[in-house]
Amino acid sequence: MSGFLTEPAPVAERPPVQVDAEVAAARPVGAYVELTLAAPEIARAAEPGQFVAFAVGGPTSAMLLRRSIAIAGTAGGRVTVVVAPHGVGSTWLAGLRAGDRVDVVGPLGRPFPLPPPGTPALLVGGGYGAAALVGLAARLRAQGSPVAAVAGAADTDRLCSVAELGELAEVTVTTDDGSAGRRGWVTDATAGLLGAAGIVYACGPMAMLRAVADQATAAGLPSYVAVEEAMACGIGVCMTCVLPVVGADGRTRFSRSCTEGPVFGGDRVRFADVGALPADVVGADAMGVVLS
Amino acid sequence: MSTCLGTVEIPSPVLTASGCSAFGRELAPFNDLTALGAVVTKSVQLRPRSGRPTPRMAETPSGMLNSIGLQGPGIDGLLADELPWLAARGARALVSIAGARVADFAELATRLRDVPGVLGIEVNISCPNVESRGEVFACDPVAARDVVAAVREAADPAQPVYAKLSPDVTDIVAVARSVTDAGADGLSMINTLLGLVIDSDTMRPVLGGVTGGLSGPAIRPVALRCVWQVHQTLPDVPILGMGGIASGLDALQFVLAGASAVSVGTVVFHDPSAPARVHAELAQALAARGFAGLSDAVGYAHR
Repeated sequence: MSGFLTEPAPVAERPPVQVDAEVAAARPVGAYVELTLAAPEIARAAEPGQFVAFAVGGPTSAMLLRRSIAIAGTAGGRVTVVVAPHGVGSTWLAGLRAGDRVDVVGPLGRPFPLPPPGTPALLVGGGYGAAALVGLAARLRAQGSPVAAVAGAADTDRLCSVAELGELAEVTVTTDDGSAGRRGWVTDATAGLLGAAGIVYACGPMAMLRAVADQATAAGLPSYVAVEEAMACGIGVCMTCVLPVVGADGRTRFSRSCTEGPVFGGDRVRFADVGALPADVVGADAMGVVLS
Repeated sequence: MSTCLGTVEIPSPVLTASGCSAFGRELAPFNDLTALGAVVTKSVQLRPRSGRPTPRMAETPSGMLNSIGLQGPGIDGLLADELPWLAARGARALVSIAGARVADFAELATRLRDVPGVLGIEVNISCPNVESRGEVFACDPVAARDVVAAVREAADPAQPVYAKLSPDVTDIVAVARSVTDAGADGLSMINTLLGLVIDSDTMRPVLGGVTGGLSGPAIRPVALRCVWQVHQTLPDVPILGMGGIASGLDALQFVLAGASAVSVGTVVFHDPSAPARVHAELAQALAARGFAGLSDAVGYAHR
C-alpha cells in the first residue's frame, strides 16, 4: 500500500532488563551531564535509537515515574546517557556521582532501522538529542554508508555530542544565537544536505522533528525520527506517551512512544495532531468523536 | 501463599492492577506471569477506543494523576490477541470490563464465557452511565447493583465476578452491600480518586482530560480505610485490596485490614518487577509474624 516512504520500525531483538547500576562516571558537558553506567546486560543488548528508563530520587523517593533518556553510547559493558536537568527528577539524575547506584531499565524501544549498505545518511540532532545519533552514525559507517550530520541548539552550551559525531561524520553546527557554527536552525543547514542523502534520521525537540521530517518527505526521502514524549513507565504499560501515528495498514492509532517508538517513520507521525484527537484515529468514534 | 478469588484458587495473592499492566505482555521480561495470582487486564469495552488526547499524566507527591480514557482494542481484539497470548503461557487473566450502559457489561461478560485463561471478571463501574446523564455507576448504589446483577447473570458461573469500587462516594459500605446483594463474588477496592493538577506556567489544567485519577502510595491510607470499613461490615465478602501498594509490608496492611488478595498497580511504572517482589516480601512478612498461611492474617487487625 501506501504512498509512505517508510515502514514502521521493527521491534528490538532483545528484551529489556532491570538492573541496579553503578555510576562509573559523571561529567558535565555544557548545559548537560554525561552519565556513564556500569550496566553490561543493557550495553550488550542495546541498539542505536533505544533508551533507558531511570527510577529517580533513591529508594525512598516520592517520585514514582521513570525518566526515559536515549542511549548515547555503549562500550566495554557501559552505557552512556546525556542528562538535561530541567525538572526535579532529571536534576536528581544530573547530580549523581561516580560510585552512586541507580535503578535502570533497558534497553527499551525500537531501534533505528538501517538502510541498505552504502546508502548515504543525513543525521540531524537538536540539543541533547544529538547524543542518540552517535551510535547510529557508527553503525552506518560500519556498513559503508557515508554520513553527514547536523547538530543544532539554542546556544553553544546546549550543543551535544559534536566531537563524537565529528569522528564519524561531516558535522555542520547551527545555533539560534550564532554562538557556535552558523546562526539559525538545523533546517537551514539540512536544506542544502538533503540532495546528497538517501535517508534522514533525527532526534530532538518535537518542532524540529516535524520540520526535518517534512523536509525529507518533500524531498522524497525516507526519514526516521526518535521522539521525546513524557513517559511514566517506559515499558509500554501506562499508555501516557501516545502519538497519532499512521500504521502499516494506513490507519492512524494512538501509538506508544516507548514500545511502538521512540523511532517512528517521519512521514507516519501526524505532528500537527499531537495533543488532539482526530476523528480518524482508530477508536475515536467510541470516545464520542465523529467523522464529519 | 495460595488464596482464592471467589471459589477459584490462585497460587499467589498478588495480582496486577487494571490499567497499570496493559494486558501483561510487557511485564513478562520482569516477572513470571504464571506465578502471579492473575493478570488483571486493562478495562475492555465493546468497541476499540482511542483514549484521550495527551497530556495524559502528571506526577504528584507519591502518586500520579492519569487520564487515559480507557484506550484499548475492544473485546474483539482482546479475544483475538491478548487473551490467547496469556493462555498460551499459562497465565490467568482477571478481565476488567467497562461500559456505558448495563447491557454493555452483560454483553462483555457473555463474550468472556468459556474463554481459556479467563479466571474471572472485574467490573469497572467507575464509568459514566449514559442512561443516567453520565453519573458514574459506582457512585449510585442502584446503578452499581444493576450492572453487577447483569454481569453475574450473564457470566460463566465458574468465573468469579468482582466489583471494583470507587472511593469517591459518601458511603462505600452501602455500595459494597448493594453489589454483593446483587451477586458480586468479591470486591476490588479501590479505584483511583478524582484529582486535578494545574500548570502554574500555562495556568491551565495539565491533563488533556482536565481531571484525572489519582493513584500511587498517596492514596494508600484512603484505600486501607475503605477495605477496613467494608470488611468490618461484610466480613465474609472476599476483598481484592489495592491502592498505593509498593511493598510486601504495604500488602500486609491490606491483608490485615481484610483483603484476601492484593493488586499492585502504579508501582509497576516505578518498578516493573514489583509484582514478583511484593509476593516475595509479603511471604516473608507473614512468616516473620508467625502466620502459617495467608488466610490466618486476613482481617487480623480487626480481632
